Amino acid sequence: MTAPGFRLTDSTLRDGSHAIAHRFTIEQVTDIVTGLDAAGVPVIEVSHGDGLGGSSFNYGFSATDEMELVRAAVAARTQARIAVLMLPGIGTRDDLRQAAELGIDVARIATHCTEADIAEQHIALAKQLGLEAVGFLMLSHMIAPEELLEQARKLESYGADCVYVVDSAGAMTIEDARRRVSLLADGLDTQVGIHAHNNLSLAVANSMAALEEGAAQIDGCTTGLGAGAGNCATEVLVAAMQRSGVDSGVDPLRVVDVAQDTVRPIRPEQGVIDRDGLVMGYAGVYGSFLLHARRAAERYGVDTKELLLELGRRKVVGGQEDMIIDVAVQLERRAASARAAATAEASA
Amino acid sequence: MGTPCAIVGTGNIGTDLLEKLMRSSELDVVAMAGIDPDSSGLARARELGVPATDRGVDGLLERADDLQLVFEATSAWVHRRNAPRYADVGVTAIDLTPARLGPSVVPGVNLDDHLDANNVNLITCGGQATVPIVHAVARVCEVPYAEIVSTVASVSAGPGTRQNIDEFTHTTSSALVDVGGARHGKAIMVLNPADPPILMRNTVYCGLPEGYDAGEVTASVLAMVDEVAASVPGYRLKADPVIESGEFHTPGGVVPARVIALLEVEGAGDHLPTYAGNLDIMTASAVRVGEAFVRARRRAGVPA
Repeated sequence: MTAPGFRLTDSTLRDGSHAIAHRFTIEQVTDIVTGLDAAGVPVIEVSHGDGLGGSSFNYGFSATDEMELVRAAVAARTQARIAVLMLPGIGTRDDLRQAAELGIDVARIATHCTEADIAEQHIALAKQLGLEAVGFLMLSHMIAPEELLEQARKLESYGADCVYVVDSAGAMTIEDARRRVSLLADGLDTQVGIHAHNNLSLAVANSMAALEEGAAQIDGCTTGLGAGAGNCATEVLVAAMQRSGVDSGVDPLRVVDVAQDTVRPIRPEQGVIDRDGLVMGYAGVYGSFLLHARRAAERYGVDTKELLLELGRRKVVGGQEDMIIDVAVQLERRAASARAAATAEASA
Repeated sequence: MGTPCAIVGTGNIGTDLLEKLMRSSELDVVAMAGIDPDSSGLARARELGVPATDRGVDGLLERADDLQLVFEATSAWVHRRNAPRYADVGVTAIDLTPARLGPSVVPGVNLDDHLDANNVNLITCGGQATVPIVHAVARVCEVPYAEIVSTVASVSAGPGTRQNIDEFTHTTSSALVDVGGARHGKAIMVLNPADPPILMRNTVYCGLPEGYDAGEVTASVLAMVDEVAASVPGYRLKADPVIESGEFHTPGGVVPARVIALLEVEGAGDHLPTYAGNLDIMTASAVRVGEAFVRARRRAGVPA
């Protein structure tokens, strides 16, 4: 048996949290971790969708304390490494310490793709705690590959064991993904990973292209359960890799059962690229905004598509969920004054 | 002649503060101290005729016998090291780092309670911008939980801020409770690299209890915005406060509604361009605090 061609991280229990408004239960976590672990998935990520400390008005309150979910994941695994995500500015080193005490193995530290230097202390702490440290450059499509390499080098210098190209908006074409991954793979000593979203129906293709360009780690979510239009579907990735002769170390027929029997019932419609999901990929909008944008659109009587397009135009970054309300209020007012002007004109 | 004061720290905050203190009739900057002889902050001080030292607090204390106030604009850990030295020579420290050794103060909220302290802390830029709003809500109804999101332009966040990002969230969260009056608090900081740079934005969410009075909450917030804007003219609401009802499971319990204040802070354009409202609100508050100390001492008959 040959070594796997890449290392798979399943983020259903972190990125998938966005798709269900952060309402995972301990039972769901236990069942999903048990299934993925038995199928041979080597890394499983568990946290609030916006990472440790994400439970909030701005991002949505967790139904169950994420540390309880992490504890359940650690208890349920036999071979898999348990990972958490953390965004400096939202979570803090205290959250990382707490997760480390619960027995996690991997800390993934995420920043906007231009702001790698806010992760220095957190990566250093992760290493000090004996954890594997992964740097996660979100919305990587927003900057040129050369600029991304500069940021990736910073993460490497802080001690990151792997740096991820993160397509948070699902906006990357295959060429976009190739250029970024190949430049990082050539320019770094450390490993490179890819985290793809499926807004343009390219998540699996981009992940396979990334492997060809030298990616050593790839993220998936079972059924694609994740922010926006969803992620690279773990079971599809594993099957497609197998068909192209790349062993993922994961049993394709077992992981498809976990997807169908354990994860799909949580959100049966997962996998459809609907108008909102597609518009997000097209406009380059952070995937986690989806449910918040739908809610704000309904509350303020504005069109979700217009709201998403405007957020894209303003180049809003991950974490700025408050801007969704801001823009919705502005669109509402603009519409109201347009109506008032029309009425005045009609009566004049 | 104003009261002699000094600035320690020559980064964005220290330099912006220097520009503002030069306009104060109550305070005289008698020294600016840094550790990098080539820093642009020290160069600016020399240009303005302010004695500058690149030997840090050593250089400052050697020659400042009559020094009354020092503004610390370094970093939290540097202030922890410097604070005892100021105390030893009887100099009052106004701390612009998130070190939080002395009581946290926000002008217009609790400054008058701490004018006898020898060290006061200005929390963070996000704290100066948002604590007044939390206080405005808390003075008309109970606030079980307050949360703020502070977004600043990447170019306005120097290395000090970037390396202090956890301190920012801790210190600001605590101030939402200790000074703002909420029962629980959470602070979030986001950096946005858009070019041209965005103005500093702050969003304040306060959970509202059963039986809250929407009119009172809104009026209190609007009044507070006017008060802050009196000393920071670029401080404004982007829209009237929004009250959303729902069932929110906050750390302070389930609440039936939340008020959202969307704030923008346009800077005065002293050291950095106007997008850097985060510098402005901090340094403008520091000047207000310094002047309040001077007036309090004058009233008390202490030579200042």
